Amino acid sequence: MSESKIVDACNTYCPGPLMELITHMKRAKVGDVLELLSTDKGSANDVPEWVTKAGHDMLGSEKVGEVWHIKVRKAR
Amino acid sequence: MRILVVGGGTGGTILANNLARRLSAETDSGKVRLTMLSASDRHMYQPGLLYVAFGQMSPDQLYRDQASLLEPAIEFHVDPVEQFQLDQNRVKTASGKIHEYDMLVIATGSRMVPNETPGLTEGAEFFYTEESAMKMFRRLREFQGGKVAIVVGLPHKCPIAPVEVTFSLHDYFKSRGIRDKVQIKYYYPINRIHSIENVAKWATPEFKRIGVEYETLFNMREVDVENKIVKSEEGSEAHYDLLIAIPEHRGMEVIERDKLGEDGWIPTDRQKLSMVGHDNVFVLGDTTNLPVSKTGSAAHFEAEVLAENMASIVKIGTPVRDYDGKVYCFIEAGHDRATYAMFNYFNPPDLKPPSKPMHWFKVAYNQMYWTSVRGLL
Ligand SMILES: Cc1cc2nc3c(=O)[nH]c(=O)nc-3n(C[C@H](O)[C@H](O)[C@H](O)COP(=O)(O)OP(=O)(O)OC[C@H]3O[C@@H](n4cnc5c(N)ncnc54)[C@H](O)[C@@H]3O)c2cc1C
Repeated sequence: MSESKIVDACNTYCPGPLMELITHMKRAKVGDVLELLSTDKGSANDVPEWVTKAGHDMLGSEKVGEVWHIKVRKAR
Repeated sequence: MRILVVGGGTGGTILANNLARRLSAETDSGKVRLTMLSASDRHMYQPGLLYVAFGQMSPDQLYRDQASLLEPAIEFHVDPVEQFQLDQNRVKTASGKIHEYDMLVIATGSRMVPNETPGLTEGAEFFYTEESAMKMFRRLREFQGGKVAIVVGLPHKCPIAPVEVTFSLHDYFKSRGIRDKVQIKYYYPINRIHSIENVAKWATPEFKRIGVEYETLFNMREVDVENKIVKSEEGSEAHYDLLIAIPEHRGMEVIERDKLGEDGWIPTDRQKLSMVGHDNVFVLGDTTNLPVSKTGSAAHFEAEVLAENMASIVKIGTPVRDYDGKVYCFIEAGHDRATYAMFNYFNPPDLKPPSKPMHWFKVAYNQMYWTSVRGLL
């Protein structure tokens, strides 16, 4: 099981959390786990929508304090 | 104290001029030595490339002699860095010279890497270099009608460019009287048509009004040049007769090669702008890994904070200010109207309706830029 790589996109409006995640996912290897940190409430919906459409795996999503922690595995 | 600035673009130039003014007594007395190394003797106003691509500016209007933009106290060499030896506080240049420093600033910018997407270089037009912008203009002039697709790679500099080029395409074809023969479709990587929510909210009805279609969650995977199709990571396809692309970007090769940062993006402290793990190395502009847009505007505000801090380090031994993530971007909404977005780490941008005066302000800024990089504005 690979360790997860943190993508810290807290307090950013442009390019924003989903763009940061897509950029890092492109460079990751199949099987890598990325944990996106986001303070944007939209991320809880936006991110799973893209992850599903792009055929990757959603591993979990939880809010700790003000920060969303969204775990994703690159599947292809 | 030796201060070395690597990169003579927007960030490096504003920083060096600002610092030279703040430390004029120290440079006069020889206590501080300020040196800049760059890869070119010319400075390009990159936002002008969008106008070049539509025949509204000629390439020679984009350049100034770099030495003419610098304060006299700055020692300037066109001699790009080929090796960063951070553990020894020195760099090695193309000419083989070694420059030692006490404080280093890296502002080497970013570059498009269309070759990372198979088929993109052969299939698409770009406007991120002088050569490609001229080629795009020639192609636009020849175009008589058909499907125009605008596709966007990640990450890229100037996040507003995809929207601006779309409005400009509409106006350009309209002015040629062939808008009714052109279908414009815009493809964007995330689930709305711009990364900034308020820009997306404003641009969506604007696109509808001018008859631009769009598809979201579209990340380029490859271009089938023969059949004129872009295939996405998400499994969809974009068909085109004319493909306009904002390609994926990277930092400079030397940054990757010397392992300063993955893909050329240097890990940078969000507030202090120092390179993570190196207190005497600072990073500015596109080559940071900061979660702020890669714009001249971000480079400008970072440079002002950093110049004040570096001058304070020299004078009182400590930095005095934090960078708050400030960015201010003009948004051209076609060839005669514009608006702007201003935001920082904590406040989202609020968008005003586009207006003609804002467009003329942007046109004026295209000239004021030269005053701005001299550190006077
Ligand atoms: C088409 C287009 C439109 C744009 N529109 C806008 C806009 O409307 N608003 C906005 O704010 N921004 C805009 N930008 C973005 C803006 O131009 C950049 O974000 C900005 O120039 C970044 O500044 P920088 O100092 O990081 O890098 P740059 O200005 O790119 O400067 C990098 C410098 O480093 C030098 N260099 C490179 N390698 C080396 C080396 N090895 N050693 C020494 N020196 C080196 C180069 O010669 C150059 O002088 C646009 C860009 C483009 C291409």
